[in-house]
Amino acid sequence: MGFYFTKDGMNAVLKRLMDEYLVYAPIRMIGGGAFSDTNSVRYGQISKISDIIFNQKSEYSFKEILLPLSQTLFFFTEDQVKEAEAPKKGAIIFLRSCDLHAVKRLDEIYLRNGFEDYYYKRLRENVKFILLGCQNPFENCFCVDMQTNTIDTYDASIEQAGDGYVMDNHCNAWESLLSSHCLNQQDVQPSHVTETGVHVKIPDGLSIDAANSKMWDEYDDRCINCGRCNFVCPTCTCFTMQDIFYTDNGKVGERRRVAASCMVDGYTDVAGGGSYRKKNGQRMRFRVLHKVYDYKERFGYHMCVGCGRCDDICPEYISFSHCINKLESVVKEVGDNNA
Amino acid sequence: MHNEYMPYLSEIKEVIKHTDIEYTFRITYEGAVKPGQFFEVSIPKYGEAPISVSGINNGIIDLTIRRVGKVTNEVFERYVGDKLFLRGPYGNGFDVENYKNKELVIVAGGTGLSPVRGVVEYFSEHPQEVKKLILIAGFKTPKDILFLEDFERWNKKAEVILTVDQAEEDSTYQVGLVTEYIPKLSLKNVEEAVAVVVGPPAMMRFTTQKLLKTGFLEQNIWISQERKMSCGIGKCGHCKVNDTYICLDGPVFNFTKGR
Ligand SMILES: Cc1cc2nc3c(=O)[nH]c(=O)nc-3n(C[C@H](O)[C@H](O)[C@H](O)COP(=O)(O)OP(=O)(O)OC[C@H]3O[C@@H](n4cnc5c(N)ncnc54)[C@H](O)[C@@H]3O)c2cc1C
Ligand code: SF4
Ligand code: SF4
Ligand code: FES
Repeated sequence: MGFYFTKDGMNAVLKRLMDEYLVYAPIRMIGGGAFSDTNSVRYGQISKISDIIFNQKSEYSFKEILLPLSQTLFFFTEDQVKEAEAPKKGAIIFLRSCDLHAVKRLDEIYLRNGFEDYYYKRLRENVKFILLGCQNPFENCFCVDMQTNTIDTYDASIEQAGDGYVMDNHCNAWESLLSSHCLNQQDVQPSHVTETGVHVKIPDGLSIDAANSKMWDEYDDRCINCGRCNFVCPTCTCFTMQDIFYTDNGKVGERRRVAASCMVDGYTDVAGGGSYRKKNGQRMRFRVLHKVYDYKERFGYHMCVGCGRCDDICPEYISFSHCINKLESVVKEVGDNNA
Repeated sequence: MHNEYMPYLSEIKEVIKHTDIEYTFRITYEGAVKPGQFFEVSIPKYGEAPISVSGINNGIIDLTIRRVGKVTNEVFERYVGDKLFLRGPYGNGFDVENYKNKELVIVAGGTGLSPVRGVVEYFSEHPQEVKKLILIAGFKTPKDILFLEDFERWNKKAEVILTVDQAEEDSTYQVGLVTEYIPKLSLKNVEEAVAVVVGPPAMMRFTTQKLLKTGFLEQNIWISQERKMSCGIGKCGHCKVNDTYICLDGPVFNFTKGR
């Protein structure tokens, strides 16, 4: 069912939802941009509808709500462990189509790949998603080519319309709340992008042989392995387990998991000082082929959702989409080498 | 909903010292486990480390641990009666069914013997289930040899080649790399024989090359791979190689997949 709300009506709805949920959306952080002196848009809690930034891409994605950068798993003493409690409230996340597609990738790893992840699942079960319609693409977006520009698995959608907001609702539990605060009911179709400025073509015939290409070497020097491309990516899910204790000689502490990056030193270190993928170009290869090749080999669809955030954030102006577009010649190069 | 990250306590029942830095800890564990599988062993404050089971006996498992860093140093501070935290077992492990009624050659380098030790034990206890059992175990020097007392026992049930890379003049051990013995093996039908190779990456590479050259078929070779791991359960990403998660799909691979 679709609805039109005035600003006040929308805020009344939000107020009610906040009894049950923490509400997260892209908001403006003053002075926190990727490049100094810029303001960034990141995810944070909102209290009113005007907190939401509708007309800019968020620099970081929503994923930290489901996978906190640092998450306590349990508390320990020398011979006892006690599970960390779950948040009492559920969450509502406002996000765009590409990001809602990214949720499917997070679910794939955390709910299905091997074991079910207890901590992810207990958050995930209590999360609702409100889709932010996209009237125009942003810089570096390539969702259309990744087929992530439309989606209908949202709980509700929202868009600005004049001085008010339009919503399409899929969540039965919200139906009466929304009807009672709307100005009127109407048909609503969330907007979606049909053309982007950036295009990518993932070549047919891509295989793991692409790893042997010389093309990756160019990133050895260009990339400074800062890992930002991983941290902003809504589909990167890696972490490292970490024990911390509260005082130096104390016996009480906690085990956490902390977001990790395959671009940063130490990711693959093993005993005896060994480490795989020492060069930055090889790390780039690992990341890029995971996003647009080997994840699909395992799960049947591409990992990258085309949000372009890795391009937006890279301090060295390394473009992921340009790199994808080089794969066509990589396929030729390694094909010729094999021939 | 099960919380796979919560570890449980296990008591150390016995400690066997092989070398200065390699001990076997016999600890309590109730439940099914296969050779080649691993546990995440942890000590609060120090963290977790994946360790393969090197022996399986009613209610007791063996972990053979090399002291290399934060967690393993701390494990070496524990003794009989002390406790370790565990979670697992994880990984696929070896499936002994693959080797039954075959001529089986096991090639182990150094600590690589621990994950396959369970397979050697199984077939030395059930010798009628294999056509032939050959173990080639290589260590750097005589003082690096692990499970010395087991070799005497295995010698009675299997063809055992214990070799060291280097030794003093008067040493009683054979000196040579594991690969040197492969062409000399007396096998009835090398194309049907099966091989298991576990050890450091370079040793596994040379050994599998030699096996193939000697006539073993790719699909009859199994290897066990080690990679950095953090979660052991397909979540953290550290062990991923191409589209494979070593912790879930391995660590044991048929050579056609694990190459
Ligand atoms: C499937 C699997 C089975 C294993 N089985 C055994 C076993 O039976 N016995 C045994 O002694 N060891 C085994 N290992 C290796 C063992 O896990 C590492 O030696 C251990 O994690 C080091 O932890 P630490 O805290 O003591 O050392 P740290 O202080 O963490 O590190 C010391 C050194 O070890 C490296 N290291 C860290 N984690 C690993 C890792 N997962 N694998 C290899 N090196 C690592 C570090 O990079 C560093 O160079 C196994 C590893 C895997 C993945
Ligand atoms: S590609 Fe760019 S953002 Fe990613 S690690 Fe390299 S320099 Fe950092
Ligand atoms: S790889 Fe880049 S474009 Fe693709 S989902 Fe991640 S951040 Fe977005
Ligand atoms: S060890 Fe974490 S995914 Fe394999």
